Amino acid sequence: MSAIIDVRQVVKTYRKGKEKVEVLHGLDLTIERGEFVALMGPSGSGKTTLLNLMGGLDQPTAGQVEISGERIDQLSPARLAKWRSQHVGFIFQFYNLMPVLTAQRNVELPLLLHKMGGKERRQRAETALKIVGLEDRAKHYPRELSGGQEQRVAIARAIVSDPELLLADEPTGDLDRNTADEILNLMQTLNREHGKTILMVTHDPQAASFASRTVHLDKGRLATAEAA
Amino acid sequence: MSPLTLVWANLKRKKLRTVFTLGSVAVAFLLFAFLGALGRAFSVGLEIAGADRLITMHKVSFIEPLPLAYVNRVRNLEGVAEVSHQSWFGAYYQDPKQQFGLFPVEFDAQSEVYPEYKVSPEQWESLLNTQAGLMLGRAMANQLQVEVGDRIPLSSTIWSQQDGNQTWDFEVAAIYEGKADGSDEMQGFMHYDYFNESRSFGRDAVGWLVTKIEDPERAPEISAAIDAMFANSPTETKTSDEEGWAAGFAAQIGNISLIVRAVLGCVFFTLLLVAGNTMAQAVRERTGELAVLKTIGFGDGRILRMVLAESLTIALLGGVIGLLLGFGFVAAVRPGVAQFLPGLAVPPNALVIGIVLAVLLGLVTGLLPGIRAMRLKVVDALARI
Repeated sequence: MSAIIDVRQVVKTYRKGKEKVEVLHGLDLTIERGEFVALMGPSGSGKTTLLNLMGGLDQPTAGQVEISGERIDQLSPARLAKWRSQHVGFIFQFYNLMPVLTAQRNVELPLLLHKMGGKERRQRAETALKIVGLEDRAKHYPRELSGGQEQRVAIARAIVSDPELLLADEPTGDLDRNTADEILNLMQTLNREHGKTILMVTHDPQAASFASRTVHLDKGRLATAEAA
Repeated sequence: MSPLTLVWANLKRKKLRTVFTLGSVAVAFLLFAFLGALGRAFSVGLEIAGADRLITMHKVSFIEPLPLAYVNRVRNLEGVAEVSHQSWFGAYYQDPKQQFGLFPVEFDAQSEVYPEYKVSPEQWESLLNTQAGLMLGRAMANQLQVEVGDRIPLSSTIWSQQDGNQTWDFEVAAIYEGKADGSDEMQGFMHYDYFNESRSFGRDAVGWLVTKIEDPERAPEISAAIDAMFANSPTETKTSDEEGWAAGFAAQIGNISLIVRAVLGCVFFTLLLVAGNTMAQAVRERTGELAVLKTIGFGDGRILRMVLAESLTIALLGGVIGLLLGFGFVAAVRPGVAQFLPGLAVPPNALVIGIVLAVLLGLVTGLLPGIRAMRLKVVDALARI
């Protein structure tokens, strides 16, 4: 296996009023291609901050973030946006679907950033919905779906442009146990059968048990790492 | 799905608000069209004034007559194409308060000098052969409820016939329509010979001369030549181009026009502010969704274009609806006010200017929220969801 994520000596500092708050303190982390990693830690430990840096949503104050051999901490905002559209799929805790679009169209959204015809966009969205088991809900609006179904649509949106890396921030945080397990099983399938590398932020040890490796973060530093 | 699908879906998000915003923009542009029509009505004389026509009147006052003999003397000047003359008849039908413009003219010369009145050849022939023939504008004929062939007695506030009767018999021989939109159709013309031979006083005099010249650039020179010809005579003249002459009349009602424009302008501007604020609010409410779009790779430029597309759609749709309603409204009220505002018509360029204004409105109202959306920090916005 080769490293898909290589984070070196990353420092992230925020300004809170006049005060500077260092959230990550020279953190190192490597994730191999094809891994399913759970990132755990107490609130304020820097999990989401680290996820944002690896997803190109934020820039480190110091250190380097290399994804698939590309230093994304050196990319301009415009190139970073393009990079995100091609290399990463995001899954959020509250699904964040567009309420005015049907499931099918929500899934098609990222494809608007790729050069392809409407027919191909439609076909790819249908395939993604089939993978998450929601092909029969394509014409439904988010308000007509359950929480688990909404998250499945969000996952379909994340995989529709076939990125190698999926970043999930508490993807089961808003779901009941059974539905959460279904979603986690789906993510495991995406990891094992479709070869997606997944980094999942979670508070839930049960959710973390679906991952192949768990990384603990505490006060901006890597605590321990354990294999499943 | 195309990017426009997303824009359209966002507009349908809160249908009632979109409808109200569209409504306020539409009302603003309806006012714009009406304002344009009103402004045009007040300056229609200037607009239809011919650059190649000169008006010669008595040097002392507009109401002092000129000798008929002046017509031929001016006609013989070098550079003059034709000379017509007009007089004020002071006509009314039944009610003296409802006076309208009726002008005794020589029709052959008149048609040379004013080619903008459209009359069918049959009616024109009939007019020339009917001594008491009357040529009315279409709007005037409608108001008097007469058609070609009808006989109508018209009274004059000034002129009596030789038997002392101030009521003159006419036969409607022709009805003209202006070739240009906004032409004055609330007036009429009668034969000068009928007028001159029948009136009890003031024979062989005319109100003013209208001279058509061959080269509009020679207007100052020929005007000076006309006035010089009659200098030191008992009836000296003052000649100016038609536009200058019409401007003098327009100035008398200029202040009313200005006040009406200012009031409607304020209303228009206020409605634009309301529409702009609503559009800004619509974008503010979607901060979270915009952050998600940016997360999945929508660049700053694309986000800005999307917001601008929404505001442009509202502005253009509302603008076009408002302009069409404006055209319809002006067309509907025009017959009712034709007597007072004969030139009430939406200016021909109002549609183009209106659409340009709508585009500007869309850009201005969408730019600030668009820039705000563009500058949105994804991490901060996601944290607020």
